[in-house]
Amino acid sequence: MPEMVETSALEVRGVSVTFGGIAALQGVNLDVRPGEVTGLIGPNGAGKTTLFNVISGLQRPDSGEVLLDGRDVTKLGTNRRARLGLARTFQRLELFGSLSARDNVQVGLDARRDKGDLTAQGLLHRVGVSADADRQVSTLPTGEARLVELARALAIDPKLILLDEPCSGLDDNETHLLGNLLRELADEGRGVLLVEHDMSIVLTICDRIFVLDFGELIASGTPAEIRRDPRVQAAYLGTAPDPSEPEA
Amino acid sequence: MTTFLTFTVIGIVSGAVYAIVATGLVVTYTTTGVFNFAHGAVAMFAAFSYWQMTQSWGWNSLLALVVVLFIEAPLLALFVEETYMRRLYGATVVRSLMVSLGLLLILVGLAQAIWPAEQRSLPEFFAGHTVSLFNVVITYHQVIVVIVAILIAIGLRIYLRQVRSGIAMRAVVDDPDLLAMAGASPRRVARSGWILGFFLAALAGILISPELQVQGLDINFLTLLVVNGYAAAIVGRLRNLPWTFAGGIALGLAEAYATGYLPGHIPVNLVSEISVLTPVVFLFVALLVVPSSRLRAVGRLTVATPPRVASLVESIRGSVLFVAIAVGATFVLGGSMIGSVTQGLALGIVALSLILVTGYAGQVSLCQLTFMGIGAFVMSKVASGGASWWGLIIGVLVCAAVGAIVSLPALRLQGLYLALATLAFAQAAYYGFFSNISFIPQGGAVPVGRLSIPGISTSGDKAYMVFVAVAFVLCAIGVLAIRRSVWGRRLVALNDSPAAFATLGMSPQLSKMLVFAASAALAGIGGVLYAGQPLALNANDVQMFASLELVLFVTIFGIRTVTGAALGGLAAALLPLASSHLPWWGTGLTGVAAGVGISLMANVPDGVLGVPWLVRNVRIPGISPRRAPSIEAVQGA
Repeated sequence: MPEMVETSALEVRGVSVTFGGIAALQGVNLDVRPGEVTGLIGPNGAGKTTLFNVISGLQRPDSGEVLLDGRDVTKLGTNRRARLGLARTFQRLELFGSLSARDNVQVGLDARRDKGDLTAQGLLHRVGVSADADRQVSTLPTGEARLVELARALAIDPKLILLDEPCSGLDDNETHLLGNLLRELADEGRGVLLVEHDMSIVLTICDRIFVLDFGELIASGTPAEIRRDPRVQAAYLGTAPDPSEPEA
Repeated sequence: MTTFLTFTVIGIVSGAVYAIVATGLVVTYTTTGVFNFAHGAVAMFAAFSYWQMTQSWGWNSLLALVVVLFIEAPLLALFVEETYMRRLYGATVVRSLMVSLGLLLILVGLAQAIWPAEQRSLPEFFAGHTVSLFNVVITYHQVIVVIVAILIAIGLRIYLRQVRSGIAMRAVVDDPDLLAMAGASPRRVARSGWILGFFLAALAGILISPELQVQGLDINFLTLLVVNGYAAAIVGRLRNLPWTFAGGIALGLAEAYATGYLPGHIPVNLVSEISVLTPVVFLFVALLVVPSSRLRAVGRLTVATPPRVASLVESIRGSVLFVAIAVGATFVLGGSMIGSVTQGLALGIVALSLILVTGYAGQVSLCQLTFMGIGAFVMSKVASGGASWWGLIIGVLVCAAVGAIVSLPALRLQGLYLALATLAFAQAAYYGFFSNISFIPQGGAVPVGRLSIPGISTSGDKAYMVFVAVAFVLCAIGVLAIRRSVWGRRLVALNDSPAAFATLGMSPQLSKMLVFAASAALAGIGGVLYAGQPLALNANDVQMFASLELVLFVTIFGIRTVTGAALGGLAAALLPLASSHLPWWGTGLTGVAAGVGISLMANVPDGVLGVPWLVRNVRIPGISPRRAPSIEAVQGA
């Protein structure tokens, strides 16, 4: 993987958000490089989803900036950011519930100015749910529905993709396959930002990891560094790292 | 100076009533998530009940007050909550709006049946007693209104901040799940929200009625207090009570000053409509000032299976059958029925515009008949009272343009705001334009001719009926083709999740505006054909209430299917015919029909056509919705 990268796919500078006097994010800095899978971890309520909303334009930060490919997008709306190559999935599913899986992806494809040679069926195949392409997505099991959301996000051929707990609802084998897919996406030169509670996959596939706690960034580094960081262990992992777990 | 002070006093007094109305709306909306369009209707019903008790039965006014405010209003609230509203918590904006609109029509229908039109008035409290302040004579009643409003404001503040059940009401706004975990019952909180809302509505209705010198107790006027209420509430973004209160006072002052100083500067016939037009102008200004709401991930998956969309072949097959039935009907139906059915089919085209904007895109429009009127009016002007295809084209374009402009201020905001804006627009268009003799003289009718195709005369009523039936099926085929197109898929996606829609790079605002303009244009086509039947557009046909009824009828039959549009349009045209053959209570029939619609809507989102047993047994190929094979229920997260 590249050691030195020209511009970050995403750069978050000093972002703060408060909800009714409670700081959800305080001066968070974070960057995602193209070609890398970057993890974002932290306990529930740490502000991960809020940060995703700030990055994708669903939440306006009180202060701070968001840059995509070096361009300040803090004032742009969600759809403008998507046009600049930002895609995301949602922790609580935001599918087009009354459409089929195929049509969900097709809406994404149709939104593009140049279609490329992607097809809805091809994208569903890629995430592994092509068998259920014609089912109404609201009837799909959660895990599969998440994968449809991922396929839909990929339909806009994003340069940067934000994934909010994509593995919840998946079994071990599916999680493993998804991990491989995320690596593949990074290898295609995309930046991937992954929020996930499944620590084994985070530690396995991420190049770098950022740790949020109570709205503050408390650590960042390679998986190996994160495992060793005492504050991370205290705040998140809860226990000393298990030496039997594989290094990234 | 005295004049100014006099207007100020009048403004503050009516502003105090609007503040009470708006406060009630906000309390119910924030605690239950249901925006009660029937809020004004509740005020109306309470005022009429109070009139009945004090004026007709001669009760002591204090006793009547207690009965109306503390017995009737709370019981009505509990009944409504129990029967309809409790099924709506967490429902879509469209569903909850429809139910509260249905309640509005029920209350209006009941009131029309119980209290036939006649001049009624309520005396002021302590009539004849006045005080004088800076040379301005103020009645005791006016003083009481202001004091009551202040007491309500203070009382609510204490209740919501210091009383346990009041704090729970505030908590439910923030997080109902958390509240439930803390041991409070969200259902009980919702009930308090309804009771408090109905109480405040009833209070406002009784307080304002004695001030209505000219029209006296008036069903429409009181029912439409809801428009004043929400115009004020928008200042508080439908949430903040102090701002809502300020909004009410501001609206009252704006109205008083407009009444005081505008005459002489505006067309003379608009002067009598200032009290109707002020809240609408106020509303649109407030909409422009309110900061836009951010898109939010709703985290709710649409679970209802949508009706299957007919293919082109199926829709053509269904259309042929439909026209064949229409041709057959011309041999069976008598003269006046032909006219009503023709207008019903034209209303069906307007209903198709609702399928597009509400059924597919999930945006509630309550002013489609206004666009119908605009289409017919433009035709009349362009074709000088006749009909021409150019007139149709220009009419359609004007409708689209007006639609885009009307929707513009509300698009930055959530779906509810569009519904509020369109209702206000329908109201303003009727009073400010269609029923206004400066624009439409001759008793509110403009001559409109019948469109025809070369070689085929449509001057006969039967021929015209078939012509309109053909126009309907063409529009229906078009709407279904839109639904199958890239754009149609996009509209459904927009409805299901605006946030996800935006994350794919599409602008929800632009899409909403386009679909709104398109539906306005389609309603304009319906209007041209509708007015062609009696050869005139009558102002009464484009009243706001008529728009509401059409929306409800279409909803009853299924707002996502073209069959629903056909049946809804026909029902809207034929029901008045039926009620005219009934005795005195017939005028309330529409309300009863709406009640049936409400019960259905609260249970079956797809209306009558969505009731499985009905569809399974009766299926018209191509036009009936076919339900997808049932699959297992959605798996929870």
